[in-house]
Amino acid sequence: MSYLVPPGLYAIGMPGAEAPVVVTANYKMSYDIVRSELAGRSVWLLVLETFGINVWCAAGKGTFGTDEVVRRVQATGLDSVVSHRQLLLPILGAPGVAAHAVAKRTGFRVRYATIRAQDLPAFLDNGMVATPAMRQLTFTVAERLILTPIELVSSVKWAVPFTVALVLLTGLSGLGFSLTTLLPVIVACVGTVLAGAVVAPVLLPWLPGKSFAVKGAEVGFAWAAILTWWRSEGLAWHDTMILFLAVPAVSAFLSLNFTGSTPFTSRSGVKKEMRLSLPVMAAALVVALIVWCAGRVF
Amino acid sequence: MNGFTYLANVATLQLDRETCIGCGMCVEVCPHQVFALERRKAEVRSLDNCMECGACAVNCPVSALTVDAGVGCASGLINEWLASINVRKTGSGCC
Ligand code: SF4
Ligand code: SF4
Repeated sequence: MSYLVPPGLYAIGMPGAEAPVVVTANYKMSYDIVRSELAGRSVWLLVLETFGINVWCAAGKGTFGTDEVVRRVQATGLDSVVSHRQLLLPILGAPGVAAHAVAKRTGFRVRYATIRAQDLPAFLDNGMVATPAMRQLTFTVAERLILTPIELVSSVKWAVPFTVALVLLTGLSGLGFSLTTLLPVIVACVGTVLAGAVVAPVLLPWLPGKSFAVKGAEVGFAWAAILTWWRSEGLAWHDTMILFLAVPAVSAFLSLNFTGSTPFTSRSGVKKEMRLSLPVMAAALVVALIVWCAGRVF
Repeated sequence: MNGFTYLANVATLQLDRETCIGCGMCVEVCPHQVFALERRKAEVRSLDNCMECGACAVNCPVSALTVDAGVGCASGLINEWLASINVRKTGSGCC
């Protein structure tokens, strides 16, 4: 399955020279949503090359940006396709696009329409005036869930090698390579990643505190508690200690990373959180490592 | 945003009211309703709601707004820091 839609100008219905031009990213999901929302109307869809990344993230990177809008308008010969000079952009694309610069370079006026593609039909019916609700950002469970794969995929890079290393260490440290000894290790590692990268983001508004690191640590503690309860028989005291140190630390970091995908956390806020929480996470991991070594020696 | 607020008193958003021409662009692009137009000038209404996305500063035609916008996740900031001390070539984005 491809997540890319070739950039260019697409027709929905039978658009004429007067039909509005809606701009979107070439992320398959954005494209599909816009298309299905506008089905039954006649609209031009200008798809930008954002390398398969959604509008919000691409605007942050600058790929959903002024230069790409200008390039795509020129490449598609938009000025000879439509008679008007107006582009409708998603509001969340605004960090990448300078409306006045686009106007100067192409003659097209940029109008920021709505935040969600779902509101586009209502926006068009409302004489292209956005109501406050259309400008109001939401961050529902579904919207959060859609973003979690981004976190998961990026954490796989280090989580998989780490889990393999831990499995090897466990196997080599005299316990042997059997499913009963290795399965708990794998479950613990996978669960920790899920705790920080999926569970914490989904439970976001209900977890106490404003700090993402604290929210992540809370879920991590809960997961460590579940693991301890599940393994209450075969768990040495030092293993329990390691669980309660390392699992919340990793989960806290993953949650803190989720701030990159949320539409309400500020860079300065994340910087502040990092200054306060990174030393604590690092200390917890170092202590966990020391306890682990000690546990193997004694 | 309803039900979501982040740390208070950290946002770096600054508005130069002298320069502002009251075009209303910042009001249009801000997804958190940080601005309001007051006597044909922009006014910062709720600084703590600012997520430092940079949309207002980018779209202000007279550069009356500044904000330290950019990468807002932990790994991105670490990459940026590594890049600044030349350990890594480029700081990568968040999502
Ligand atoms: S975009 Fe700039 S000039 Fe226009 S109202 Fe806002 S601050 Fe003033
Ligand atoms: S940086 Fe973004 S959230 Fe902050 S005031 Fe500007 S547009 Fe609004």
